[in-house]
Amino acid sequence: MAALAALTVHELSARYRSGQATPTQAVTEYLARIDALDPQVRAFLTVTREEALRRAALADARFKAGTPRGPLDGVPIALKDVLCTRGIRSTCGSKILERFVPPYDATVVARLFEAGAVLLGKLNMDEFAMGSSTEHSAFFTTRNPWDLARVPGGSSGGAAAAVAADLAALSLGTDTGGSIRQPAAFSGVLGMKPTYGRVSRYGVIAFASSLDQVGPFAKDAEDAALMLQTIAGADPMDSTSVDVPVPDYRAALARGIEGLRLGVPAEYFIDGMDPEVEQAVRAAIATLERLGARAEPVSLPHTEYGLAAYYVIAPAEASSNLARYDGVKYGLRAAGARDLIDMYSKTRAAGFGAEVKRRVMLGTYVLSAGYYDAYYGQAQKVRTLVRRDFERAFERVDLIVAPTTPGVAFKMGEKEDPLQMYLNDIFTIPVNLAGLPGVSIPGGFTHTGLPIGLQLIGRAFDEAMLLRAAHAYQQATTWHTRKPPVDGTPR
Amino acid sequence: MKISLADVEHVARLARLELSAAEKERMRRELDGILSYIDKLRAVDTSGVEPTSHAVPVTNVMRDDTERPSLPPEDMLANAPDRHGELFRVPRIIEE
Repeated sequence: MAALAALTVHELSARYRSGQATPTQAVTEYLARIDALDPQVRAFLTVTREEALRRAALADARFKAGTPRGPLDGVPIALKDVLCTRGIRSTCGSKILERFVPPYDATVVARLFEAGAVLLGKLNMDEFAMGSSTEHSAFFTTRNPWDLARVPGGSSGGAAAAVAADLAALSLGTDTGGSIRQPAAFSGVLGMKPTYGRVSRYGVIAFASSLDQVGPFAKDAEDAALMLQTIAGADPMDSTSVDVPVPDYRAALARGIEGLRLGVPAEYFIDGMDPEVEQAVRAAIATLERLGARAEPVSLPHTEYGLAAYYVIAPAEASSNLARYDGVKYGLRAAGARDLIDMYSKTRAAGFGAEVKRRVMLGTYVLSAGYYDAYYGQAQKVRTLVRRDFERAFERVDLIVAPTTPGVAFKMGEKEDPLQMYLNDIFTIPVNLAGLPGVSIPGGFTHTGLPIGLQLIGRAFDEAMLLRAAHAYQQATTWHTRKPPVDGTPR
Repeated sequence: MKISLADVEHVARLARLELSAAEKERMRRELDGILSYIDKLRAVDTSGVEPTSHAVPVTNVMRDDTERPSLPPEDMLANAPDRHGELFRVPRIIEE
């Protein structure tokens, strides 16, 4: 019998229902893997061992009584540390929140607990979700399970690496400019950013409020469907969550992709991208065509301006959101201040890392008197043009297929220049600007064994279409079943 | 040069962020690079284009004005760096 941690969630849940395994057995196995492997991978900021065993025992009892709550009951999960968890410290990867213990659960966390999910711990990330590698975590850098000298991507690098290395069966991250899809691509797992407004942001520590969205990392499309089913839907505590019906995602998987129209945007195949990434994505498109889809070229002409617009809008929103870290109500307070203003300035100097300071400064600058129209106003208009590009494309096609990133996982310390780091996200950022759903799935490997991400982009609120195509692709390929060499026992 | 050291100092004051001399110079250089890249936005013709502040238009979300329990004060004060009874204590603001 295969180890429980190697199973998908739907396989694990079937074992629970048939009595072949219990949640406590699975949770115990996952905790043992964390003990053995996380000293190398470094995905976890906090491991909630007692809490996990307590919740697992409750799930055991429900299965024994024949009253499990659903497909996530007893399933071992982990959460990016941007999500507030009541009574469990939530650092957001920052010194300023190092000892912050939230008094409430984020809505997505509450929904997972209601579904019976078992929390294993909280996962590393770039500070305040600003970064593409976890190198901007205030604590340590998470390693890529496929090559420990490389980054797992970011900002949700811990959440991607944990699922890739079987240190959690499912995880949640957040995606503001690619922070779920890019680490999913680098780490060889599925990562989905739902439509803006599909999932509640209540209790999600804010970075850029018009772009942030919570989404799953999973071992396959069916597991992602189960997670999305649990977290999706309007929330009275988030007035930007949208009240549109949530379909049965798992039921949508079986419908196949016969006759689907795929758009292939020329602007996502650029000079300087890794040729192995391009080859893999073109091969994946051919596979989707063999499965009955029809591919055609589409144009998204404002793609090249997306990154610039994003680096005005996201820092502007961040500079406003991060004004709350003033050393008064929670978080770090610096000692030795002369007065209140001095206390603010010293607290923020001591509590924020270099990248966060850079973005707060950039955001404050573009919003300051004399620059607002030239930068922020213009960026918001370009955002409209990026959105219209997608609207036009989706008049003709059902899905857009593209690479997730121009390259594969890079080495730690390789991207010292901030702009070089930002360029990682050129293929993911336009999706956030337009508010659309996107998913990255494993779409191949380089000759050196590093994962390549295939990105699918859909119409607003049509996550079901993304999962359907991802599932069809995974039924025909085996990339998603490969396991990283991190535990030295290839399966 | 897009941004001067004086600009950096002004913006740092607005952002309530104390920067060392070395940080200021590094910040100036890095922001200069990023702003030069962002300048490509100027090449886009946006005449007659409405700005997008939110991708999914949602306006005036209303709910009934009903009382609901809120979190207990003790929970909200538990993370306070400094407190005085049920109050957050801060350094002196007004001179005597």
